[in-house]
Amino acid sequence: MTETVMHKAASSSRVVESPLSSQKRGGGLKRGGGQKRGGAQYSLWFLLPGAILFLVLFVVPTISSFYFSLTRWTLFDSEFIGLENFVTFFREPMLLQGFTNTFIYALITSVGKVAIGLALAMFLTSGVIARGYLRAVVFFPVLVSTIGIGITFKVLLNPYHGLVNQSLSVFGIEGPGWLTDPHLALLTVAAVDVWKGVGVSTLIFMAGLVAIPRDYYEAATVDGVGGWQAFRFITLPLVRPAMATVILLNVISGLRSFDLIWAMTGGGPGFTSDVIGSVIYKQYQAGFYGLSTAGNVVLFVVVAAITVPMQLAFRRREIDQ
Amino acid sequence: MIEPKPLRRNLAALAALSVASIAMTGCSVGSFGSSDDGKTTITFQNFNAADAVKASKQMIAAFEEENPDITVKLDTIPGGSDGDNLVKTQLSTGDMDDVFAYNSGSLFQAIRPEQNLVPLTEESWVETVAPSYLPAVSVGEDVYGAPSGTSSPGGVLYNKTVYERLGLSVPTAWDEFRANNEKILADGEVTPIEQTYGDSWTAQMFVLADFANIAAAEPTWAAEYTENKAHYADEPALQSFTNQQQAFDDGFFNEDFASATYDDGVRAVATGTAAHYPILSGAISAVEQNYPENIDDIGMFALPAKNAADTRLTVFLASAFYIPKSTTGEKLAAAKKFVAFTQSAKGCSIFLEGGVSGPFVNSTCTLPDSVPEAVQGLQQYVDDGKSGAALEYLSPLKGPSLPQLAVEVGSGIRPAASGAQLYDEDVKKQAKQLGLAGW
Repeated sequence: MTETVMHKAASSSRVVESPLSSQKRGGGLKRGGGQKRGGAQYSLWFLLPGAILFLVLFVVPTISSFYFSLTRWTLFDSEFIGLENFVTFFREPMLLQGFTNTFIYALITSVGKVAIGLALAMFLTSGVIARGYLRAVVFFPVLVSTIGIGITFKVLLNPYHGLVNQSLSVFGIEGPGWLTDPHLALLTVAAVDVWKGVGVSTLIFMAGLVAIPRDYYEAATVDGVGGWQAFRFITLPLVRPAMATVILLNVISGLRSFDLIWAMTGGGPGFTSDVIGSVIYKQYQAGFYGLSTAGNVVLFVVVAAITVPMQLAFRRREIDQ
Repeated sequence: MIEPKPLRRNLAALAALSVASIAMTGCSVGSFGSSDDGKTTITFQNFNAADAVKASKQMIAAFEEENPDITVKLDTIPGGSDGDNLVKTQLSTGDMDDVFAYNSGSLFQAIRPEQNLVPLTEESWVETVAPSYLPAVSVGEDVYGAPSGTSSPGGVLYNKTVYERLGLSVPTAWDEFRANNEKILADGEVTPIEQTYGDSWTAQMFVLADFANIAAAEPTWAAEYTENKAHYADEPALQSFTNQQQAFDDGFFNEDFASATYDDGVRAVATGTAAHYPILSGAISAVEQNYPENIDDIGMFALPAKNAADTRLTVFLASAFYIPKSTTGEKLAAAKKFVAFTQSAKGCSIFLEGGVSGPFVNSTCTLPDSVPEAVQGLQQYVDDGKSGAALEYLSPLKGPSLPQLAVEVGSGIRPAASGAQLYDEDVKKQAKQLGLAGW
């Protein structure tokens, strides 16, 4: 009985996709238009402004950054020094810690946002009271400036005068130095990041959840399926496209994380919560422009090396289903 | 539907548009500066610290009163590394204000003065500036900057009432300092040494304010350091890092050292909850402004060296006002006039109103008798020949990661030897960036 439901669910997932994944496949829009030829859809003139912006703001800086990463650059002049910047960058004493912290941070924030985001999405798509209001509340932190959140939490988490530890002390608990304990600082920032960013994941999951036809759940109920089984065998497989999007977005943003960490700890205490982004930023601040550009090139390659295969893997799994 | 134009014409249009966009961004706001009524408007950029902004506004008002045909507009930039970047960007794009304030010493050398700044060697006020200051704003024979106020020694701010109560005397050797701290710790009433790593720059004082002591012990150290022959990982310089680690290990620091800020530190030592606070003498004017009733309770002494005979006060020289090469014509004349005004007796009196924290380097300016006792005590070191310039005025090398490394050493995260070694690595990057010989 359960098997029939599962079979039905699995087979129809080929047809029913979340809005996100169907968009990715390119949809059928192109074929519908009154297109004369199979070639360009718009006149080249129409594309020109966008092309210029893309060229001037993205292509030119990207290419020139590859060049400047090979120079000793003072902003006033540059001297070609080959790969020396990359050698120096990989010898950076804090690099290993920076990389380790980056991966820990990306992992914690991604797992946190997926788990909490899915739970919140299921809660907010159920028949809960004041659903609209609650949805807005969950999404609200996404709209606030990251730096603003960082500064606010820095005040709240002050070990001696902060609201958090003062509240804990009412119950006789001595709160730790959330941002000043070298072992805790990175985890604290990651937790705030989850709080701040979970709204986007929730939204994507909600879109995925509402796209699952109710019939499956009704059929499953008739078959006497419990809540956990319905979740495990209906919800989870059918929400997979949304999950792929959420994981990919969060891994990318986790690897590129910088602003919240900078606002809350500045990579500190000392170097203990430094991530690649803040290591590079500090090199830039120090006036090592060539070196920090080399760091950015490395970051670009690392993020691409991790996310492109992930993207491909997710797509393949979608197609396989 | 419009047929797509041939590719070549599209490319030509694209090229024209990109040229136009470059021309547009190259146009600077400064070109609208001069108006028809015979007035010249110049811009003046200073750091955004509250006292600097206040002094700048007073300076501008006084200057405009004497020169009704010149209008000065004030811009501000943040201090620290963010400001460094901004200044470098402004200079390299030719968008710098007509007069700007910036550090002297190693940071000044890093903005390519010969290439970017107008030499002021011929100005009459140069003669009034102390010869010991001029190297910090000169390249070769040319002087580029005018001192923007008093120099600011670094040392240990201490609370005299605590010293009196416990019968302590001002230490001149590190072991005496440590013994004093032991007594304060045993007394249990106050914190022996205040540390404020919430503002990580304050963590560097054990190292930076110790430099005159190193130079007294080994006068050639700075030159050897620049040539990659002397290093922080070796004695005598390693001592600075070791001192900081020892003070942490001894348990001399305040409980909230990791999160406290500079303002907390100033309050602690002014009100006597802490006995010592190693910091720049600017903290004296902070006490004067915020805790005026406590100003007579504080004093400042040089960070003690290992041997009492080597103890010197480390002096950080005043920042300076510079004029960029992008300032020309009547604006240049007006800018020079403004800089000269800051070096006049009237200019000095305005600096004084903002609170003084150390000796002047300009002979037209003298400290009035009303300055706090703590500042007079610092002047005494200078008069006795017991002072020396900070390392950043004797060598172009200053590693950017010192604040973080000092925080790690001072928090027990990293031992002193490792911190000193990493700092040498850090300095190496700076030396390479500057293209120094021997690295």
